[in-house]
Amino acid sequence: MSTLTKTEGEKAPTGPDSFLSVRDLRVRFSTEDGIVKAVDGLSFDVERGKTLGIVGESGSGKSVTNLTVLGLHNPKTTTVEGEILLDGQDLVTTPEKELEKLRGNKVAMIFQDPLTALSPYYTVGRQIAEPFMKHTGASKKEARERAIEMLTKVGIPQPKTRVDDYPHQFSGGMRQRAMIAMALVCDPDLLIADEPTTALDVTVQAQILDLLKDLQQEFGSAIIFITHDLGVISDMADDLLVMYSGRAVERGSVREVLREPRHPYTWGLLSSMPRLGGSTSQPLTPIPGSPPSLLNPPSGCPFHPRCTFTDKVSGDRCSTERPALGTGRAAACHLTAEQKQTIFIDKIQPRLR
Amino acid sequence: MSDRHDEPQAAIAGTSMGGAMDLGVDEAESLEKRPGPDGAGPEERPRSLWSDAWRDLRRNPVFIVSALVILFLVFISLWPSAITSGSPLKCDLSKAQEGSQPGHPFGFDGQGCDVYTRTVYGARTSVAVGVLATLGVAVLGSVLGALAGFFGGASDAILSRITDVFFAIPVVLGGLVLLSVITSNTVWPVIGFIVLLGWPQISRIARGAVITAKQNDYVQAARALGASNSRLLLRHIAPNAIAPVIVVATIALGTYIALEATLSYLGVGLKPPSVSWGIDISSASPYIRNAPHALLWPSGALAITVLAFIMLGDAVRDALDPKLR
Repeated sequence: MSTLTKTEGEKAPTGPDSFLSVRDLRVRFSTEDGIVKAVDGLSFDVERGKTLGIVGESGSGKSVTNLTVLGLHNPKTTTVEGEILLDGQDLVTTPEKELEKLRGNKVAMIFQDPLTALSPYYTVGRQIAEPFMKHTGASKKEARERAIEMLTKVGIPQPKTRVDDYPHQFSGGMRQRAMIAMALVCDPDLLIADEPTTALDVTVQAQILDLLKDLQQEFGSAIIFITHDLGVISDMADDLLVMYSGRAVERGSVREVLREPRHPYTWGLLSSMPRLGGSTSQPLTPIPGSPPSLLNPPSGCPFHPRCTFTDKVSGDRCSTERPALGTGRAAACHLTAEQKQTIFIDKIQPRLR
Repeated sequence: MSDRHDEPQAAIAGTSMGGAMDLGVDEAESLEKRPGPDGAGPEERPRSLWSDAWRDLRRNPVFIVSALVILFLVFISLWPSAITSGSPLKCDLSKAQEGSQPGHPFGFDGQGCDVYTRTVYGARTSVAVGVLATLGVAVLGSVLGALAGFFGGASDAILSRITDVFFAIPVVLGGLVLLSVITSNTVWPVIGFIVLLGWPQISRIARGAVITAKQNDYVQAARALGASNSRLLLRHIAPNAIAPVIVVATIALGTYIALEATLSYLGVGLKPPSVSWGIDISSASPYIRNAPHALLWPSGALAITVLAFIMLGDAVRDALDPKLR
C-alpha cells in the first residue's frame, strides 16, 4: 500500500490549465469469477486545447477509464474509487441526474463503431439535434438548423437534404462524421474519442483525424484519444499515456515517448510495429506472452512476467514491488535511468530503424 | 407563429415525461406545416419516425384496404341501424333455417332470426372485445415488459415469476372458473379476463426486445450524450420493441375474438340475449348441414375482421422500419 500513498502524494498539485484530472482511479467489476481490477491507481491530466493519447493492448483498461469518466459504467457491478475532477467537479460523487446534464454538453464521446452507434429509427439530423435540444432548450427548428450547421462543419455534402437521411443511407465515413457532429453539437469542453477511426479505411481515417484537429482548433476542446494505432497517435496527440493491465506505465509528450521510450512495455509495442521504409531484414519482435488476467494481476510490476530485462534489476523487486510512475515525463519501471538509456541505445533503437 | 413558441416546452416535457408528447407535436407538424417559413418547400419539414411512417402508410394499398374495412366495422359497431332496419332479437320460428329471401339477404338461423341483422349487430361485441382486449393487453404487457427488461434486477425477477404464474392458468378452465361467478351480461368481464390472461405473452416479447435493444451501441451513445432513462426507453429502445409487439398483438386480436366466441359457447361469456358472432357461430354449428349460411356469414365476418387487423398490423410494422423504405 506504500506505493498507493506515494502516487497520491506525488500527483496532488493540479496545474491551472488541467481541465480534467483523474487521480488514483480504481475501477473494479465484480463478476462470477471474482473481482476484475480493470483500472488500478490511474492518474492523468488533460489540458484545454490539448490532446491526450491513450495507447495499450486490448483489455488494458483504456475504454473502461473513459466510460467511467462519463459515468457510463454499470453501478450495480462496478465500484469506482479515486477522483475524476472535471473543471474542479468530482464526477465520481456527482449524482446521475447531474451527470446527465454534463454528458453531451461539457463532455462528449465519439464511439468506435459508426455503423452501430447511430439509431436506425431516427434521421441523422434528428439524432444530432437531440442533445442540442436537451442541453440548450432550443426549439426543433433551431436544433435542425444547428444540425445542418454541424453537418456542414464535418464536411457532409448537401447538408440541407442529407440532414433528413437515415443512418443506413450514409456511408461508413459519413456516419462517423455524423457521430462527430453529434458529439460536438454542444461545443463540449472535453471530447473522448474511443478508437474513432478503427472501423474506417485509411483514406477516411486521415480525413477524420484532420477534421478532429480542425475542430479542436476552432472550439479549443480537450480531447482524449484512445487507440492502439501508434501511427494515428503520433499524428493526433500532444501527450501520450501508455496503459498496461489497468495502470499507466509511461507518460510524456508524444515525441518523447515515441522517440525515446523508457518502459520495456513501450519498447515492445514499438518493436512490434512495422515501419514503412524499415529494413526488411529486421524481423518484427513481438512481446512474449499474453496480457495478464485482470482477475488475478501479477504481483509487483504487472509487466514482469513478460519483461526480458528483469534480470537487470537487483533482487526480486520486479515481482514484489510495484514501481511508481513519477510526475511529468515518467515510466513505471525499476530499471535505473542509466540502465534504460543503455538498453534503449544498444538493443531497442536498432530494431526501430 | 404561436405554435412555434410552444415547441421548446414540448421538447423539454418530452425529456421528462416521455417522448409520446414530442412525437405528437411532430405528427401535427408534418401534417400541417409542410412548407417551412423560409419557403424552402416540403423538404424543409422535419421528419420523424411517425410522420415518415404515416407518409408511407398512405401510399400502401394493403393499409388503405384494411383501414377501410376496420373503419367500416367501427362504423357499423357504433351505428348498426344505419345499414339494417330490423332487430336482431326479433325472430320468427316459422322461418327457421330458411335461405336468402328478399329483405333478408343472408337468410335465417335456427331460431328464425335474420342472419344479416344479427351479423351486423354482432360486430359491436366482437370488435369491442377484440380491439379493447388487444389494446389492454398490448399496453399493460408492453409497459410492464419494457420496464422489467430495462431496469432488470429484482423488478424483472418478480415480473417474470408473475408471468410464469399466469402462463400456467389454462385459458378455458380459468374462464369457466372466473367468469361463472360474474352475472353481468356485458362485454367488460370478458375483456377484463382476456387482458388478465393475455398480458404475460406481450410482456415477455416486449421484455426480450428491450433487453436486446438495450445492448445496442446507439443506446449507449445516446446515454453518453446526456439522454435520460425515460428518453432512452421511449426514443431508442421502444421502436425496437414495437414491431414484435404489433405483430403478436394483431394475431392475438383474432384469437381474442375467437376466445370470446368460445367462452360464449361454453355459457360463461356473453349470454344469448346479447348478440355476438361467437354466439351465432356456436348456435349455428349444429345445423351446418341444413343451414350452412347461418354459420358462414358470421364466420366470414369474423375472418375478414381478423384478416383486416393482421394486415393493418403488418403494414404499420413495415412502415415503422426505416430500412424497409
